[in-house]
Amino acid sequence: MSAEPITAERNYSRFANWNVAIIAITVVVLIVSAATVDSFATAQNFGFLVLDLLPIALVALPMTLVIVTGEIDLSVASMLGLCSAVMGYLWNANQPIESIIPLCLLLGAVLGAVNGLFVTGLGLPSLAVTIGTLALYRGLAFVVLGDGAVADFPPSYTDWVTGTIGSTPFPNVLIVIVVLAVVFGVVLHATPIGRAVFAVGAGEQAARFAGVRPGRLKFWLYVASGVIAGLAGVLWTLRYSSARADNGAGLELAVVAAVLLGGVSIFGGKGALPGVIAGVVLLGSLQNALRLSDVSNEALNVVTGVLLIVSVLAPNLARSVLQRRRT
Amino acid sequence: MTAVELPAPRRSSLDVVLRARELGIVLALVVLVAVTTISNPRFLSAQSIRDILLGTAILAVLAVGQAVVVITRNIDLSVGSVLGLSAFTVGTLLQNNPRLPVIIALAVGAAVGAAVGVVNGVLVRYGNVPALVVTLGTLYVVRGITYFWAGGQQINADELPSGFLDFGNATFLGVPYLVLIALLVLVVTGVVLRNYRVGRELYAMGSSPQAARLAGIAVGRRTVGAFVVSGALAGLAGVLFAARFGTIDAAAGTGYELNVVAAVVVGGVAVFGGSGTVWGAALGALLLTTIGSSLAVLEINQFWQQAIVGGLILLAIGADRLVAVRVAAGLKKRGSHVS
Repeated sequence: MSAEPITAERNYSRFANWNVAIIAITVVVLIVSAATVDSFATAQNFGFLVLDLLPIALVALPMTLVIVTGEIDLSVASMLGLCSAVMGYLWNANQPIESIIPLCLLLGAVLGAVNGLFVTGLGLPSLAVTIGTLALYRGLAFVVLGDGAVADFPPSYTDWVTGTIGSTPFPNVLIVIVVLAVVFGVVLHATPIGRAVFAVGAGEQAARFAGVRPGRLKFWLYVASGVIAGLAGVLWTLRYSSARADNGAGLELAVVAAVLLGGVSIFGGKGALPGVIAGVVLLGSLQNALRLSDVSNEALNVVTGVLLIVSVLAPNLARSVLQRRRT
Repeated sequence: MTAVELPAPRRSSLDVVLRARELGIVLALVVLVAVTTISNPRFLSAQSIRDILLGTAILAVLAVGQAVVVITRNIDLSVGSVLGLSAFTVGTLLQNNPRLPVIIALAVGAAVGAAVGVVNGVLVRYGNVPALVVTLGTLYVVRGITYFWAGGQQINADELPSGFLDFGNATFLGVPYLVLIALLVLVVTGVVLRNYRVGRELYAMGSSPQAARLAGIAVGRRTVGAFVVSGALAGLAGVLFAARFGTIDAAAGTGYELNVVAAVVVGGVAVFGGSGTVWGAALGALLLTTIGSSLAVLEINQFWQQAIVGGLILLAIGADRLVAVRVAAGLKKRGSHVS
């Protein structure tokens, strides 16, 4: 209830601080992991780490923009699964892989557009809509492919996804992550589109008066979310050379956790992409280090869950402590 | 001007909307049962009806708790994990103390759930963390704890006391005990929400948290209370689950939260709080369970079920939105006549 107006500058500096904090925490976790976990700091493990991060990192990019506008997309993992299932189905039907991959991206765009239409066209709460499509898309994935798996995708593609750039330890997919991260980062932080995203998140009415069309913006963000989820589905399928209807199930939690960990406000209007990247790396390397230390997958879920809560709780507590000290 | 944004429908129009809303589910149920029965008359056999009712009982108890939380404009995604933890706790307890009365088992299950509910509620209210984030987090934490504890071990029916398993199968005047418990939960919650001050305060909080606070409602205590109710009912559902199936492992109830939210939303409880009834939520649970059974009877691929659940959620929120827009338009028109 403080009467003191929160200026944009103070706001920015607080989140800049959180960005610095999360990046610092990530660096510390990386150093501690490298020092205490035997096989963590090896070229081979670096490759695995990046491949494990890949789907979360990709999907987190559009998710960041969606959450900054004050909406959410919980259907990303199901879009990934449905695109993977359709990819397997088409490959089984002897379609050429060159046409399957664009079709899967197109499918992702359509699935995202459905979300977007429900949210912006009908004005429905995105939480309810995407819980609905979470079930719908995953269900359709099972309808398409059943509970079987499609394997033997062309080695030239699967090898590229699992391979490295020349003889360096950098995996090829790192290029995909870096290019898309730069694109989304520039769009969010250096273009009118990005400023519109922040404006809509801060206040939709005000944004509309400022000439932004919130509905159209959100619609295209959902489409982007679908396309990237489709791409993540294609890469997931090629990485394991296995198209399954349950590919990526539950991934939405890790993505939302990473984005919130990166300092994006769930209420919209605030956040920065470098923090989100740090959040993704933090989550991924922590899980990787724990897995190398023989901690079970179920225990990893406890870590993800706790991190998710703490990522929102910690800044809140810090703020209230600061406020108390000031008064 | 601002009054138009949050129209408080008069009781008459609200009643009409709600009645129509629940009538829609009943109608869908009747059509579904009719179509399925025509294709296979065995669908209406005593055994089949019993199965549907038992399945509904567990889902309805969860849905009633969820409805209480959703009415306050929150959500509880941790219920599936709480069900699993409670089922495993009670199973272990009964394994070691075969003579434990059933009522104690029910109380222990509810207490386990209530404890998680306190954590959820406190984090939401005093940590200022949105319910979606908190309960998504506890969904994974509670499930992880259960896996840790179970360590791959499974409790089988022959390790549970026969008295407890009888409770899962026994009937009173032809109605299974589990169904009676669900009905009791439903009626008590329904009456409290409709006729008691606490209940009306929950609706007020969901309609407008700020206005509720200004009206002197103890928003913090009520929020925590709603999560405790939801947690306790999820814990209770865990005991019912254990009694019905007899086999419990750490994965019990995985993914239930989706069905529970679906039942609540299909039952006409608005995700933005302030409207809907537990009766609707229970009807939603009955509809979803019946769909599952009739898919099996109609020999439609079981894989369709999840897709249908998703489609129903979209249909329900879409329909509610259209009704709300029309009611708001009607009120606006009436308002302009008055002034």
